[in-house]
Amino acid sequence: MAKLQAQGVAIEYWLARSETLFTAVNGVDLEIPEGEFVAIVGPSGCGKTTFLNAVDGLIPIAAGSLTLDGREIRAPGRDRAVVFQQPGLLPWRTVTGNVIFGVEAQGTMPAKEAKERAQQYIELVGLKGFEDAYPGELSGGMQQRVNLARALLTDPEMLLLDEPFAALDAQTRELMQLELLRIWNKDRKTALFITHDIKEAIYLADRVIVFTKRPGRVKVTIDVDIPRPRTLRVKRDPKFLGYEDQVWESIQEELAGPAERLVAGVPA
Amino acid sequence: MSVKEADRILAARGRIVEDPERRSVMRPTRWKRYEAPAVGTASVVFVLTTWQLAANAGLAGIFLPGPLAIVQAGIKLFQKGDIWVDIATSAEEVAIGYGLAVVAGLVLGLLMGWYTRFQYALDPYVNFFYSTPRIVLVPLFIVWLGIDIESKIAVIFLGALFPVIINTMAGVRNTEAALLRVARSFGASDALIFRRVVLPGSVPFILTGFRLGVGHALTGVVVGELIAARHGVGKLISDYGVTLQMDKMFVGVIIIAGSGMLLTTLLGRIEKRFQSWRPDIRR
Repeated sequence: MAKLQAQGVAIEYWLARSETLFTAVNGVDLEIPEGEFVAIVGPSGCGKTTFLNAVDGLIPIAAGSLTLDGREIRAPGRDRAVVFQQPGLLPWRTVTGNVIFGVEAQGTMPAKEAKERAQQYIELVGLKGFEDAYPGELSGGMQQRVNLARALLTDPEMLLLDEPFAALDAQTRELMQLELLRIWNKDRKTALFITHDIKEAIYLADRVIVFTKRPGRVKVTIDVDIPRPRTLRVKRDPKFLGYEDQVWESIQEELAGPAERLVAGVPA
Repeated sequence: MSVKEADRILAARGRIVEDPERRSVMRPTRWKRYEAPAVGTASVVFVLTTWQLAANAGLAGIFLPGPLAIVQAGIKLFQKGDIWVDIATSAEEVAIGYGLAVVAGLVLGLLMGWYTRFQYALDPYVNFFYSTPRIVLVPLFIVWLGIDIESKIAVIFLGALFPVIINTMAGVRNTEAALLRVARSFGASDALIFRRVVLPGSVPFILTGFRLGVGHALTGVVVGELIAARHGVGKLISDYGVTLQMDKMFVGVIIIAGSGMLLTTLLGRIEKRFQSWRPDIRR
């Protein structure tokens, strides 16, 4: 049985300003087997981040079913951990203090053990020597490493990544992708990665899921048959470029207005 | 992370041996560090000298005694000893009134920030008192509580209370949404979110409230004593004022100003301590 199972998932929320019910996603069907790395891409505003929040248990689903290991997801739990788009670090805590914040919030690990184990993860994400640095002293890429280490220390069944590299510059982003794969490859946890970057999705994932425009649902699923470990060089491989075309065309069809079609190079 | 970037961070943390050949961004030069106090002192010396010269020339007669005359008056007052009663009285009023305001304001501000419904319930009173100059209540308190310290304590308390409440509440409310989301996502309990995220994040706001409260407390004590009191520095200023003993009156003014500066500096120190994680302040 699949690790994560979504059937007919709809998510709605109330928009106070316009006094309307907003449907973010509607009828999402997908399955993620244990140990698979899945990336969701889609036009901006298609509800992909909203879907991740529902998987995390932060927002309720309006219809359908969403289960992890057969159990319905109702609230955040120890079996999931999120790497957020904004690092969300406590500015008054050091790197170590921030890395242990996840397990501290869960209340699952004694402080002493947390600190010791945090050291391993700080080294794993390449922040050795910066244990006592404050977030304000770190670059954006380093902050995201802390964000990642915090999630990993909770040892989740499933890792949820919400556009974690979107705010980084192009070079740092590529480096972080490589690093993420290196770290993920150690224990190959089930992972759901949200991104708007097509190359990033193909490079990281076993399977890329394209969402339709809002209200989002699964439009197409593309299996990425590129062997691991993957170096950054595979991004220039003809096979990789083929996948990129495939995903890009699928997203283009979803782009809303004629202006956007024009930018995308589609005849109006 | 580049080598340069690592250098920058390590340098900021003072772990790199300074090499005079490298033009890194380093510790400020000695002059930079002493520039502010040096220029400040020079400016004060200049003004005091001008003031003394003007007084010597008899420009304002008895209405403006020079700094030296004020110092002499001060020495005399302290030798006589009565002034200690005034200082002790005012200090007691401020200590009790401000102390109570800080504790009550902190508790109420945290509760109002954390529980929206509590805020809805108390908002009318906070708005009423915060928009009223609390000084207008002094005559009322004197009628109710008499001319001894109780009426001044009440005025100081109300004066300092609202800035503390409002700033504390703002601190709680300004907790970064991203931090709350992270905490919730890891399943943090409300108590843990409050202790580990909301409270530490509110500290700068809370201390700002404390600092504003000092100003209100000192205004309260002086105005309260000016209107009616047996002892106190405000009373001393008022008594010497009506008898035109300007040099002694200035001693009282300086005592008030000095305590204000002292308390504000003290709170500033505490503020800095709590914000040692801000890299720009550490340097």
